[in-house]
Amino acid sequence: MSGAFTPRNIVAALLFAALLLLPLYAHFANDRFLLTLFTRIIILAMAAVSLNLILGFGGMMSFGHAAYLGIGGYAVGILAFEGVPSGFVQWPVALAASALFALVIGALSLRTRGVYFIMITLAFAQMAYYIIAGLARYGGDDGLTIQKRSQFFAPINLTDKVQFYYLCLALLLGALYLAWRLVNSRFGLAIQGARSNDTRMRAIGFPTYRYKLVCFVIAGTLCGLAGALLANHTDFVSPAMMYWTRSGDLIIMVVLGGMGSVIGPVFGAVALLVLEETLSGITEYWQIILGPLLLLVVLFARGGIDGLLGKVRHG
Amino acid sequence: MTLFIEQCLNGLQFGLLLFLLAAGLTLVFGIMDLVNLAHGSLYMIGAYFAATFAAWTGSFVLGALLALVATLIVGMAVEVIVMRRLYGRDHLDHVLGTFGLILFFDEAVRLIWGPEGLSLPLPSWLNTAITILPGFDYSAYKFSIIVVSLVVAGFLYVLVMRTRVGMLIRAGASNREMVGALGVNIKLLYTLVFGLGAALAGLAGLMQAPILTVQIGMGENILILAFVITVIGGIGSIRGALVAALLVGFIDTLGRSYLPDFLRMMFSKEVAATAAPALSSMLIYLLMAIVLVVKPEGLFSAAGK
Repeated sequence: MSGAFTPRNIVAALLFAALLLLPLYAHFANDRFLLTLFTRIIILAMAAVSLNLILGFGGMMSFGHAAYLGIGGYAVGILAFEGVPSGFVQWPVALAASALFALVIGALSLRTRGVYFIMITLAFAQMAYYIIAGLARYGGDDGLTIQKRSQFFAPINLTDKVQFYYLCLALLLGALYLAWRLVNSRFGLAIQGARSNDTRMRAIGFPTYRYKLVCFVIAGTLCGLAGALLANHTDFVSPAMMYWTRSGDLIIMVVLGGMGSVIGPVFGAVALLVLEETLSGITEYWQIILGPLLLLVVLFARGGIDGLLGKVRHG
Repeated sequence: MTLFIEQCLNGLQFGLLLFLLAAGLTLVFGIMDLVNLAHGSLYMIGAYFAATFAAWTGSFVLGALLALVATLIVGMAVEVIVMRRLYGRDHLDHVLGTFGLILFFDEAVRLIWGPEGLSLPLPSWLNTAITILPGFDYSAYKFSIIVVSLVVAGFLYVLVMRTRVGMLIRAGASNREMVGALGVNIKLLYTLVFGLGAALAGLAGLMQAPILTVQIGMGENILILAFVITVIGGIGSIRGALVAALLVGFIDTLGRSYLPDFLRMMFSKEVAATAAPALSSMLIYLLMAIVLVVKPEGLFSAAGK
């Protein structure tokens, strides 16, 4: 009965306050790298939030979510390369392309379930990877450098690092709001019902296939936006950003943070990427620590960070 | 024509190699219901062990045998230390836990053997061409891969279909609880099956080692292929894995060698040159997508779930 002051809410509020003030600190400490790192963290957190919609709430274990990062990124990259620098064209195209891809592979993949669903989403993502790696005109395997970031009207200038950081943060908050509204709506409840018992949901008259497909498309579109941001952030797109291990990273963020909690993936993304950064500062062989650590989280900390914060409250 | 025969043999060789990898994966899948992403790491470790032991002993065959034993031991240790705790958990936990294992193994290999790849030189008696048909020569080593794989496949068939252990494996695949209830030592059976799968993966890795370089991450690419095969063949079915592995081996090899010419007949040279590499890499994923849409349980579904 602690109301709004649960450990989870306090940590979330502190995290967002820190994120809001970070550019200020980076400015005074003259630490440009910190700003770059956290811009990246925020973008990937958004991708993780989108994955959580299908993974955590829908119970759809997609192993191909990085494909949308690539598709969104390449939509920006290719349009920039072809002389269309306007963000008003690039971003809608990125979203539409991701939505279309999600619609096609979702329609096919959702016919299967369990391990087969994991594998078929993986296979489709690999297909997208090979298509893009085969685009010789756009750099193929080597990737494509983006000469000019997306252009918007006068005051908005994405090359300004602080402005771009706040834009990403605002979009992340928007994504969280969208996710929160979605999972608490009738639509979201139907999706969560289908996760627990698909047969029963169908028996009481919900066309779960269509519900899940819509959810799948929303998640893909949102991740496509993260891809467009990532392309602007790195000024570079390459097939590596959609390789299957990237999808694995996104799953780690979601599970580490806590599946089925709206804010969880943000915790997960911050924790994973800060941990990576810290460990790689300690030793060149940081993955030898990260790997077993993940295993320990899987074995002993189910519910992830969000679950741990929830436990504190209960005693 | 000789080129076509050669490509077919290459396809057969690649397919059989993939079968060794996929057989272990599908056994573990089918019996323990475990999604093991780290299977590719065992493949990599087999190759590294072989390169090291061959350099120590100075003999390719001796090195390979030692590597096989070592991979078997590593596999069983991994099962006892980690995998055992993952049975009965969510598939997502498997994906995540074994993903952690991949990171660990990749980094451990980098730590022990360094970031540069190793090479496993072939002994001179294998590094020649032999005449298979009059006027048709083929690499002796690739031919021996085909022979060894066929022997191992035969051994696997006898083991699974004709022995008591095999009977228990098959029983475990169709109903785990019942086998345990009948007093079979399930834990030991699982450790053995996992070790067997690891040894098969190690064998595939060490046989592939002289053809490709031994390097970190070599397991990841081929792991996805092995997964595609188990899914096409039907999870838990060794027969399905064999059929699917050969299918994938042929389609991949023939696609890579003939698709460019084929596309050039229909489209302009430029289009063909652009589309062919991407399309040939995609072919097997396309095959998998089609199979899953038509038969969502794979071609030969073992468990009647």
